Amino acid sequence: MSKKQKRGFIIAVCVILALLLVGIFLTGSGEKEETIREVMKDAVLHEDNKVSFLGLKDVNPAYISSCVVVGALLLIAALIRIFAIPRFKYVPGKFQLLIEELVGMFDGMAKSNSPHRNQFLGGYIFAAGAYIFVGTIFELFGLQVVTTDGISIALPAPLSDINAAIAVGCFSYLVILSGGIASNGFKGVGKTLKDFSLPISMSFRLFGALLSGLLVTELVYYYTALSFVLPVVVGVLFTLLHALIQSYVLTMLTALFYGEVSEQSEKKPKAKKSKKLKASQADGASQAAA
Amino acid sequence: MNIPLNIDWQQILLHLFNFVILIAGLYLLLYKPVKKFMDQRTAHYQEAADEAAAKLAQAEAMETEYQAKLADTEAEISQKKAEAEAALARETASQLQAAKEQADKLISDARVTAQTERERIVAAAQKDIAGLAAEAAEKLISGENGLDGAYGSFLSAAKGDGSHGEG
Repeated sequence: MSKKQKRGFIIAVCVILALLLVGIFLTGSGEKEETIREVMKDAVLHEDNKVSFLGLKDVNPAYISSCVVVGALLLIAALIRIFAIPRFKYVPGKFQLLIEELVGMFDGMAKSNSPHRNQFLGGYIFAAGAYIFVGTIFELFGLQVVTTDGISIALPAPLSDINAAIAVGCFSYLVILSGGIASNGFKGVGKTLKDFSLPISMSFRLFGALLSGLLVTELVYYYTALSFVLPVVVGVLFTLLHALIQSYVLTMLTALFYGEVSEQSEKKPKAKKSKKLKASQADGASQAAA
Repeated sequence: MNIPLNIDWQQILLHLFNFVILIAGLYLLLYKPVKKFMDQRTAHYQEAADEAAAKLAQAEAMETEYQAKLADTEAEISQKKAEAEAALARETASQLQAAKEQADKLISDARVTAQTERERIVAAAQKDIAGLAAEAAEKLISGENGLDGAYGSFLSAAKGDGSHGEG
C-alpha cells in the first residue's frame, strides 16, 4: 500500500466514524426509560425486569442466561464427544491439545489439592470452571430478551444473580461435605461444618465479583458519552479477567477445602495401650539391668 | 418471608437444577472420556517404556553374560596356549637331547671306526713295507745287477706304490 493509498484509507475511516457519531447523537432519544438509579437497583435486586420462562413462571433474566449457557455448553460437549473424541490420536492436534489441556489442568488441580480422593472433584471443578468462565463472558454477547413489561434488555451473566451465586456456592460446599463424609465419615462432617461460613463466602464472592462487573458495564453503557473506546477496556478486558479469576478462585477453593476435609487422619494409639507398652518396656529394662 | 436481596428459593433450586445437569453432562460427555483417553495413552507409553526398559535390562544381562563368557574363553585360550607352549618346550628339549645323544654316539662311533681303520691301515702298511723290504733285500742279494741294481729296483718299486696310493 502506497503513502497516498494509506492517507486515503485513513481519511475514509475518519469520515465514516464522524458520520456515525453525528448519527448516534442525532438519533438518540432524549429521555431514557429508566434512570441510572433504577438500572443499578434492578441489576442488584432483579425486582422489576422479569422474563417469562416458557410461560410457566416469571424469572430473573440471569436464569434465562443460565439456561442458554448450560444448553450451549452441553451442546458443545456433545458435539465434541460425538465428532472429536473418537478421532483423538496419541499425537494430538491443536484442538485435541486444547481439550486435553483443559481437562488436564482441572485434573491436575484436583490431584494436587486432594491426593486421596479426586475422581469426582476433577469433574466437578471442570464443570464449575467452565460454567463460571463461559457464564461470565456470556454477557459480552449482549443477547436480547424482552421482559414481561415489554422492555428489551441484554441478558446478564448468570452468576450476577444472587440466586445463581448461592446455588453454585452452596453446591460447592455440599461437594466438599460429600468428600469429607466419603473419606472420614462423621469426622468429615465435623471437619466440613467447622468452615460453616464457606457457602456464604463462596456465594457472595462470586456474586460480588460478577455484580461489580455488571454495575460498571451498566454505568458505562448508560451514558452515550462513555460508550466510545471505554467499553473495550471495561466491557471486554475486565469481563475476560473476571471470567478467568473467578473460575480459578472458586475451583481452587473447592479443591483446596475438598482436599483438606478428605484427608484421612492417622489413628493415634490409645492412652491405655501406650501406658501398658511403656510399663512392659520398663520391666524389660529393669530385668536386663538385673 | 421477605428475604433481602430478592433471594428466591425457587430460583436457587432452578439454578441448582441447571448446574447439576451441567455437571453431570460435562462429566459424562467431556471430562470422563477425555481423561480415559489420556490415561489410556499414558498407560500405552508407560507400557512401551517398561517394555523398552525390560529389553534394555535383558540386553545388558546378555552383554554381561557374553562378556563373562568371552573372559572365560580368553582365559581358557591363554591356559591352553601356555600348556601347548610348555609341551612344545618339553618336546623340543627332549628331541634336542636325543639328537645330541645320537650325535655324540655317532661321533664316538666314528672315532672308534676311524681309530680301528687307522690302526688297520697302519698295520697293513707296515706289513707291506716289511714285505717290500724283504723282497727288495732278497732281490738285492740274489739279483744280477748287484747292490746298485737292487737299490734301483727298490726305488722304482717304491715309486710305483706311491703313485698307486695317490691314485
